Amino acid sequence: MRTLLAAFAATTILAGAAQATTVYPLDRATILVGSPFDFKVELNKQVKPEDVKITVNGQDYKTVLGGEAQFVELEKGKEDKALGSALLLRGLKISAPGAYKVEVATGDESTSVTWNVYETAAQPKAKNIIFLLGDGLSVAHRTAARIMSKGMTEGKANGRLNMDDLDHMAFIGTSATNAVATDSANTMSAFMTGHKTAVNALGVYADRTPAPLDDPRVETLGEAVRRATKKSIGIVATSEVEDATPAAVVSHTRSRSDKADIVGMLLEVKPEVLLGGGSAYFLGKEVAGSKRKDNQDYIKLFQAAGYKLVTDKNELAANASAEGNLLGLFHTGNMDVTLDREFLKKGTVDKFPNQPGLVEMTKVALDRLSKNPEGFFLMVEGSSIDKMSHPLDWDRAVIDTIEFDQAIGVAREFQKAHPDTLIVVAGDHTHGVSIIGTVDDDKPGTEMREKVGTYAEAGFPNYKDENGDGYPDKVDVSRRLFLSANNGPDHYETFRPKLDGPFVPAVQNEKKEYVANEQYKDVPGAVFVQGNLPKSSESGVHAVDDVVLQSAGPGSEEFHGYMEQSDVYRVLADTFALGAKQTN
Amino acid sequence: MDMFSSLHLSRRRLIGAAIAVPFAAFAACTAHAADASLSFDELYGKFGVLGLEFSDKVKRLAGQGISMKGFMAPPLKAEAQFFVLTEVPMSLCPFCSSDADWPDNIVVVYLSEKQTFVQPRQTIEVRGTLEYGSWTDPETGFVSLLRIRQAEYFAV
Ligand SMILES: [Zn+2]
Repeated sequence: MRTLLAAFAATTILAGAAQATTVYPLDRATILVGSPFDFKVELNKQVKPEDVKITVNGQDYKTVLGGEAQFVELEKGKEDKALGSALLLRGLKISAPGAYKVEVATGDESTSVTWNVYETAAQPKAKNIIFLLGDGLSVAHRTAARIMSKGMTEGKANGRLNMDDLDHMAFIGTSATNAVATDSANTMSAFMTGHKTAVNALGVYADRTPAPLDDPRVETLGEAVRRATKKSIGIVATSEVEDATPAAVVSHTRSRSDKADIVGMLLEVKPEVLLGGGSAYFLGKEVAGSKRKDNQDYIKLFQAAGYKLVTDKNELAANASAEGNLLGLFHTGNMDVTLDREFLKKGTVDKFPNQPGLVEMTKVALDRLSKNPEGFFLMVEGSSIDKMSHPLDWDRAVIDTIEFDQAIGVAREFQKAHPDTLIVVAGDHTHGVSIIGTVDDDKPGTEMREKVGTYAEAGFPNYKDENGDGYPDKVDVSRRLFLSANNGPDHYETFRPKLDGPFVPAVQNEKKEYVANEQYKDVPGAVFVQGNLPKSSESGVHAVDDVVLQSAGPGSEEFHGYMEQSDVYRVLADTFALGAKQTN
Repeated sequence: MDMFSSLHLSRRRLIGAAIAVPFAAFAACTAHAADASLSFDELYGKFGVLGLEFSDKVKRLAGQGISMKGFMAPPLKAEAQFFVLTEVPMSLCPFCSSDADWPDNIVVVYLSEKQTFVQPRQTIEVRGTLEYGSWTDPETGFVSLLRIRQAEYFAV
């Protein structure tokens, strides 16, 4: 046997020490009872099918998993590199809860993984779930949002955010299967599938072959709600609707940038309400503004599937309580952030002047979804907290945090009238940002860094909200909060809000290195900040720190202590009793 | 890690194409002195969720010699024959973490002859023949809606 395998290895020209046998789902995977998933075994060498032995809990895998895996003689990587044989069994389901030990052996290769298949309550605990995700929402964002929105006197906040009163909480670990650090695709995918995955991946385990769309799939919450219930599904985001967070509710791809394909995946699951930006991927390539490479007209396809289309704030309001499915697309790309949309009229507001905000979209979504007597799952994303934190534009990120909190307020109002609703609020990952004090223009001198107040010198900022809309009347007050990043590219710190449009800290030079954007060099008092990231980094990056999750309503008592991001799914599944089929 | 996979891929493809395209021996086309100038602000007449519409000026100038000022998007390769002209020096994806879509207001520039590329932060003026409408580069699959062909450029 050994000699035979050695001979095989020699003929397949495997470069270097490749990875050992990999089994998907990975070791310690948690799997919802009855939910379909793909089983894949990646062997290190090219072997014959009869030389592979797979058992599950000591029995032949075919008996336990209910099907025979397709044998792939040789998988190839980039430039046709030989990777080894593989076995693939798609869409299998396990209907009995418990531990499943999968053992794979081929001659000198052997490995084992154990999956935990879990059941849920037989009866739902809540009729509705509203899952609100602040992309990149870090502790500093919410502290700043509270102080800018409500003010502070003698060290006590003058008011509370809506998220401050959600009573159950947990710390959530966000790391990816291939890295301690993470992105919004694998983080939201963990929330929405119960499986951790690799950076950039959605609803799949990231396998070794280059094609992004064939990776082993796991069921998404959107699919599970469709499979097990008659509930409605809503997706609301201020980003493109194909962006990682909204996409994770329904999608399967190794690469979050497959946005044209993700539009098709959204159409497959057909959420009853789909609101956000990103129309460019709905338009055929002949249309100016399209980002598709084919001529598929997804606007028409959605309309043919019974969707009413709305494209601005007025049309959205006019359709707030109509029947039927609703597709609202308000921008070709990401929608403008609150500071630009409502106050400064910068960014692309001149081109898309009538965009609704997250609060209006959330209200309309709740109005429509609540018509379903069976209940609903609604995902609401405050997308731009992250999108403005990357370029270190803290004022835009915090104002969007306030908007996100107001959307939470809408959800809380709904919950008062519908107590059979679970509300979950979380970030997907954090950013390396903290508040360290204030910047006070009235301190003497011209050097801006001398105006930074720390400890007792910080005092309190002087934002005002005289019209009571929850937003500071202006962000460029004379004594401002000073937020600072612990990482970034080379850039100029101006100590001031960016009133002309979102901050672009660094631009690329001919050596493909990001260098400080000289546009800000001559802002009075600006100082050069040496970056601490590789020069290939164009902006600040996500932090590995835990995120805070808070929750209220039936089911929320299951959130406590430290949890892996993938564990959150189990609570959602339990709240909806997704382990028990409720349709027919 | 392929945090920027989509864009890197398309750029790699662009580079591939630039190498693969044979050195096209266009007739010298340096006689664009009287070209109409076109600015990035003038590209579209209408913006909308259901698509953008090219301006009357773009439609009128199609097929004619024009000049346009802008920036070369992050270098594709020294000595190549096609690049992307942008309105502002392009910092890739300042607003998002993992994928960089090209902005709407880009113009693809096909050079009549290879030229050595310049610093992306350097303002350049491009002269050539304006063309609009969807076109898929047969070598790269890169879809563009607005192009300047038989172009040359210089730093300004
Ligand atoms: Zn991010």
